[in-house]
Amino acid sequence: MRSKIVLFILAYILWALLNWVPDWQHLLVGVFVSVFVVYLTAGLFPTRFKYLFDIKRYLWALYFIPVFLYECIRANFDVAYRVIHPDLPIKPGIVKIKTGLKSDIALTFLANSITLTPGTMTVDIDRSNGILYIHWINVRDTDIEGATKLIAGKFERILKGIFE
Amino acid sequence: MNNLIGMILIVVGLIFDFFGCLGLVRLPDVYNRLQAATKCVTLGTFSIMLGTFVISGFTAVGIKALLCGIFLLIAAPTAAHALSRGAYKAGVKLWEGSVVDKYGEDRAKK
Repeated sequence: MRSKIVLFILAYILWALLNWVPDWQHLLVGVFVSVFVVYLTAGLFPTRFKYLFDIKRYLWALYFIPVFLYECIRANFDVAYRVIHPDLPIKPGIVKIKTGLKSDIALTFLANSITLTPGTMTVDIDRSNGILYIHWINVRDTDIEGATKLIAGKFERILKGIFE
Repeated sequence: MNNLIGMILIVVGLIFDFFGCLGLVRLPDVYNRLQAATKCVTLGTFSIMLGTFVISGFTAVGIKALLCGIFLLIAAPTAAHALSRGAYKAGVKLWEGSVVDKYGEDRAKK
């Protein structure tokens, strides 16, 4: 029940933002729409809402945003450089990395962060063994430990702080 | 002032979008092309959305642009992941210059 209330509040905020500027008609319709959305999707979302009020996780999230943005912008310059360079300096391949993260949402964020950081893109996840397959545009280390350190090293610790 | 910052963000976004498209044409195989498409086009489009938000502020247009940008940041890498996995499962080969393919080795073992 509590998870449904939290989901309702989130859906309602999203509705209010989508119908900016708020007036009472939109807000009234939003109540019905949000109840309907919660009714449809309640089963799809995680239920560990006790973590929602854990301040430490929000601090980790605040730390995650600048690290992520920096890597994301660096990734763009990296790709732009490779594309413009007349010789096309790429050395692609698919490597394996190991991760200690277990929960669905942490793995999702790790995979998405890896995709948006320089030269790497998640191809597949093997959840039972904690292995991610990464397409790397410029392979620097084919070894599993070395690749893990180079690709996931920065994010894993932060995501552990946020989600686990 | 806001107008100027917004315009700069939009122009930066357009430049990155252009690099993304250039990468789509120049890079050799599906996986490399997806790399260019996800990175440059995601941040480029996000930057355009952010510029729109900065110019129009907390109005109906600005808030929607910001929401679109945030959803794009979450959805684009997921879509790239799904496309590359689908391509691999459908048998699309890596470019012949590729140095390693751990995924193929592990799939062959199973």
